[in-house]
Amino acid sequence: MKILVTAKRVTDYDSKVTPTADGSAINFDNVDFKMNPFCEIAVEEAIRVVEQVGDGEVIVVAMGDEDATSEVRKALAMGAHKGILVECDEAKLDSDAVAKMLVKICEDEEPDLVILGKQAVDGDSNQVGQLMAEYLGWPQATFAYKVELDGDKGAKVLREVDGGVETVSLTFPAVVTTDLRLNEPRYTKLPDIMKAKRKPFETMEPEDLGVDLDSPKVEVLSYGLPSERQAGQIVDSVATLVNKLANEAKVL
Amino acid sequence: MSKVIVLAEHQNGALVKATLNAISAAKALNGIVGGGFSIAVVGHNAGAVSASLQGYGAEAIYQVEDPSFEGYTAQAYAQGFHKAVEASGASFVVAASTAKGKDCTPRVAARLDAGQASDVVAIEAHDGGVAYVRPMWAGNIIGKVKINSATQVVTVRPTDFDAATSEGGESPVTVIQAGIDASSIRMSYVGLDEVKSDRPALSDADAVVSGGRGLKEAENFEKIVMPLADSLNAAIGASRAVCDLGWAPNDWQVGQTGKVVAPNLYIALGISGAIQHLAGMKGSKTIVAINKDPDAPIFQVADYGLVEDLFKAAPELTEAIKAAKA
Repeated sequence: MKILVTAKRVTDYDSKVTPTADGSAINFDNVDFKMNPFCEIAVEEAIRVVEQVGDGEVIVVAMGDEDATSEVRKALAMGAHKGILVECDEAKLDSDAVAKMLVKICEDEEPDLVILGKQAVDGDSNQVGQLMAEYLGWPQATFAYKVELDGDKGAKVLREVDGGVETVSLTFPAVVTTDLRLNEPRYTKLPDIMKAKRKPFETMEPEDLGVDLDSPKVEVLSYGLPSERQAGQIVDSVATLVNKLANEAKVL
Repeated sequence: MSKVIVLAEHQNGALVKATLNAISAAKALNGIVGGGFSIAVVGHNAGAVSASLQGYGAEAIYQVEDPSFEGYTAQAYAQGFHKAVEASGASFVVAASTAKGKDCTPRVAARLDAGQASDVVAIEAHDGGVAYVRPMWAGNIIGKVKINSATQVVTVRPTDFDAATSEGGESPVTVIQAGIDASSIRMSYVGLDEVKSDRPALSDADAVVSGGRGLKEAENFEKIVMPLADSLNAAIGASRAVCDLGWAPNDWQVGQTGKVVAPNLYIALGISGAIQHLAGMKGSKTIVAINKDPDAPIFQVADYGLVEDLFKAAPELTEAIKAAKA
């Protein structure tokens, strides 16, 4: 069984990022980077599926500059088998370009399953998996909470939706996107990290995948800060709080 | 002038409220592009849904029918919505950023060769076209984007657009048979395990009481959070931490990757205020935080902060509210 996953390099979700003074870009000074948490869950799930089926290969893809190599290596250390880095200017990527490049890689690699994070914690767009599924003409199960394999032919997927948990069943090939509680990604130990350095690693460019990054469908015009809430007040007792809620905020 | 179309959502045969917020967003967009708006309904025997969309000012309702639409699947519904968009001649497509909206709308965008802006909170005229404002980096950055493709697809955050009200007038319904090739749909809807509750729904309740790790034990949701929520007829929310611990169903999670809420009153009990949690509730009108840690980040967004042991303060607050309302 062959599974394709992505490992996006994003700012550490505990770091606060700010726009540059002119709003044209993000200021990445003093910001830490790590693998998108949802991608990490996707990599973990793919490795578990291959372990469960007993035989297979997990291919991990990242897009960006050389620094994104570390996320590919991390996924390889977790247990993925082969890494691909699409070297490009990450700032030029929109969801559609990413999806189209991944679709081209799928056409070459012919995976049975594509597992992606439901969203990247920087862009928060939540589109790539769904775009890929439609371009490929495949079924999808987004926001996966649990994946129950039906041999290597398909799966029942429990999904987190408004109001509860939805179950869908699908046949492979298919796209699954991960939600937070699908699994807990494993830690990588030094021997795994060393082994990862010897695993196959390919680099390619957007042109190799037939995608032109100079005409994005969605373009950022500016980055700004959210409006600040007015400073609040510390109250000294429940009685004061209720008074303020009733008479000042008028919410009771 | 360009036309706008709204992708309506229904559940158990009834219109989902968030569609009304999407209609308001479509009206705002129409204010810029001017060609009028219509509404798309995809379903099986969905006449009642179309009927409930009368009076909102749509110039047409396109009801796309097929037996394949009986259970919701993104793969089939995307085809249905595509047919409606084609019939309408719209070049702007608007859907609410609900779980279904997030699941299905990008597939519609792909079919239309259109760019999509997700989770939009405001729509503006820009340079002869349209710009969309959307939160990024868990709402720490507000981005302004434009879509360059001939058709533009947008999902909108329901909490940022008022629900449209029915003002009368008729929208003619056109029924379209989708003619879905059932064998091409390799997925099926098996069922929904609904978290049933008499409480208001979290996404549009007027008041929300949320619990976090400070509650110390699962049973304190029932002992402490619920009585307070009851006194306010509030929905119940939760931090990610307590959902991970299984103290609250995942469905109650408020945050960047959970639900985004903007009630009139949000009370956070024993929640420290991680960036990802704030992303889901900082749009609330009045925020109250009760936490015994004076350095908890939640106090930075709270309008009223009470630095006290919630095991004492919350039950006291519940009684005081009941008394105030009596």
